[in-house]
Amino acid sequence: MAKVLVIDYEKCTGCRICEQVCAVKHEGVVNPVRSRIKIIKWEQEGRYVPMVCQQCESAPCQSICPVKAISRDESLNRVMVDYDICIGCRMCVAICPFGGMAFDPLAQKVMKCDFCDGDPQCVRFCEVNAVQYLDASEQSTEKQVAIADKFSGALQKVAAAIASV
Amino acid sequence: MALNRKIAYINLTTGEIETKPIPIAVRKKFLGGRGLDMYLMYNHIKPGIDPLGPDNVACVSAGILVNTLASASARTHIGGKSPLTGFVGSANMGGFFSPEMRLAGFDHLVIKGKAKKPVYLWVHNGEIEIRDASNIWGKDISETRETIRQELGDRDIKVLTIGIAGENLVRFANVMTGLKNAGGRTGMGALLGSKNLKAIAVRGTMDIKIAHPVEALEYNRHIIDMVVAAKVSKTQGRLGTPFIWGATNSWGGIRTRNFQANQFEYCDATEPEAIDEYAIGYASCFGCQVHCRAKYIVPSGEYAGVYDEGPEYTVQGALTAETGCSDVVALLSGSHLLNSYGIDCLEAGSMIAWAMELYEAGILTDKDTGGLELRFGNAEALNEMIHRIAHREGLGDILAEGPLRAAKKIGKNSIKYLIHVKGMSNLHSDERATPALALNVAVASRGSDHLRGRPAIDLYGLPEPVLRRIYSQPVPYDGPLTSHWKDYDGKPWMVRWQETCYEAVDCLGICKYHTIFLGPNFPNFEEWSKLLYYNTGLELSPLDIWNVADRCYNIERLFNIREGLTRKHDLLADRYYDEPTTRGVPAACGKSIDRKKFNKMLDEYYEHHGWDENGVPRPETLKKLGIDKEPSHML
Repeated sequence: MAKVLVIDYEKCTGCRICEQVCAVKHEGVVNPVRSRIKIIKWEQEGRYVPMVCQQCESAPCQSICPVKAISRDESLNRVMVDYDICIGCRMCVAICPFGGMAFDPLAQKVMKCDFCDGDPQCVRFCEVNAVQYLDASEQSTEKQVAIADKFSGALQKVAAAIASV
Repeated sequence: MALNRKIAYINLTTGEIETKPIPIAVRKKFLGGRGLDMYLMYNHIKPGIDPLGPDNVACVSAGILVNTLASASARTHIGGKSPLTGFVGSANMGGFFSPEMRLAGFDHLVIKGKAKKPVYLWVHNGEIEIRDASNIWGKDISETRETIRQELGDRDIKVLTIGIAGENLVRFANVMTGLKNAGGRTGMGALLGSKNLKAIAVRGTMDIKIAHPVEALEYNRHIIDMVVAAKVSKTQGRLGTPFIWGATNSWGGIRTRNFQANQFEYCDATEPEAIDEYAIGYASCFGCQVHCRAKYIVPSGEYAGVYDEGPEYTVQGALTAETGCSDVVALLSGSHLLNSYGIDCLEAGSMIAWAMELYEAGILTDKDTGGLELRFGNAEALNEMIHRIAHREGLGDILAEGPLRAAKKIGKNSIKYLIHVKGMSNLHSDERATPALALNVAVASRGSDHLRGRPAIDLYGLPEPVLRRIYSQPVPYDGPLTSHWKDYDGKPWMVRWQETCYEAVDCLGICKYHTIFLGPNFPNFEEWSKLLYYNTGLELSPLDIWNVADRCYNIERLFNIREGLTRKHDLLADRYYDEPTTRGVPAACGKSIDRKKFNKMLDEYYEHHGWDENGVPRPETLKKLGIDKEPSHML
């Protein structure tokens, strides 16, 4: 089954280690602007949201690329850039609705998540599981379990309340 | 690479800015962060200067491992001569400031002189600009941060700032780098305020090259495994630092109503579970897995609906047990107020609790308080006093001067009621039953302090072999070590070891929750040696790192001695010896510190450091550490 990055922003504590290890893994340096994942923060409200490429099935970046440098790698369910073809026009950056395609200002090239070839470091270092690497089908299962738990818990409470009357 | 970050000298009087590389030889001797700041302070601050005058120097820094693959490498240090104590001023904070400062190309800022009008510094990719701060002067901590972000058009800018208290030269004003991340102790906010320096804004996109990236990634994963394996990390991540509240209170270690009891009867009302009711989640500092910072929304009262972070154990005790207030909402509101004004919560709570005892003893009257009923348990009065301290109004103006100056102004033997060391108030922990912790508070280089050398694991009653494993490396030690916290034997070495351990983490820029503070199995010298190598390429053995920390701690001692510190400054307040505890478990009840035994501990402690009976480093100690010719002006 094809795996994807599943993000639960409610679990994110905003530590940004994912940005750090991502840049080290890909570039050997610490530098958040070279990270493929980014934590967007509203510090004044305590909201932290990890943003990363969604590896879309029908990827806008792939459609708009004028030189066809972007393609799907089905073996790892990811969208990849062929840098031998890429002309650095940044159309993919402009069109991506998630900001998942970014531009590395130092290397002067576009960059995106490649799942670290199957061992995403952001996932490996996220102790709170705000970023997980799961089968695509599990993304909804997790949510179903959570809401089912909440729902049945509420029902039990109601039943208990009625029983105690 | 991580070692190419620079030092900048900023003269606010002349507007001159000079940047220099930091030589590897200096790095090997002092690493960075607090340690190198101490060297800079000893070299750049002339003895006897007015801490609030233009001759004082503010040093702001990142530890040498900050923003590398070393877990929780988030710490920012700020130092200078303390406006509160006149001795070493030093405060350390988490958050995201120094990681960003490194990305902007700098590890150390040395700020001198005084600006003619309010300014802030803009530090960005190797450049530093002094900018007008007239539109942010008078704003609180969060307003300042957000205004600067808007002005410079970048929401990722990190800001170290003072609040209104710092502007008003409250001697225990802090500096803040986030909603709650505070460099709280020793009045560093007043130091920046005295320079008309409102804030430092940083933003950078410069690579920090990791010396051995593959190994560093793997090794950091190993370090994180060590940290998260400890139950204490999980508990902290669930309840924050207040998790120790109930246990400490039940054995009798919570300073209550200034110093009238050692157990707070309203503990349950203010326990972490009661605070947790208003928590909406937990937040981390940079790269940390412990996430000990609660996010909360004030549920009711004047600040209903306001978002803030914390409260920490420190403010929990300062605003509840010390002042006798049992209201959680007052705690959350008070914590928010202190964070907004930029006031050290520990000092504020202690000063107000002291004033409450003076009021109840009749030393302060309604005339002094302007009609405010400053009784223990009066949460409204507590709240009001925070406002008055920040704005220096009435009695607040006197308390804003800090313990010793305030006691001098009030007179009438009010000094007798103070719980302080070296002119800085104690934490709300009561150390009368725990000699090791009492010694650590007394000898801490920045004045009464639990984060300079507290052997907190002494409270766990660990078996001697475990203590010996920890405390006999990286330097051998075969003297006594005792497991029970009521004992005096062997404790001086534990304090001396922890001081060196904490100095080392402060040089590295790692959080103390990732070393031997609350748990015996956390990383220390052995692991840091590897972290240093993989991340920076520097080859320092565990013993080399110990020696760096020892060197830096001795420089702190030299700084203090140059400012007039003597053995009597390393003693506790008289009440520790004269008033036995009245509550707690049998081993804690009816206890006071034995003067004679304490003095013996102090002698031993000095001996372990290679200091003479007056606490002055012996010439051979300084020679051995290579600091016998300080100040050497290498930087």
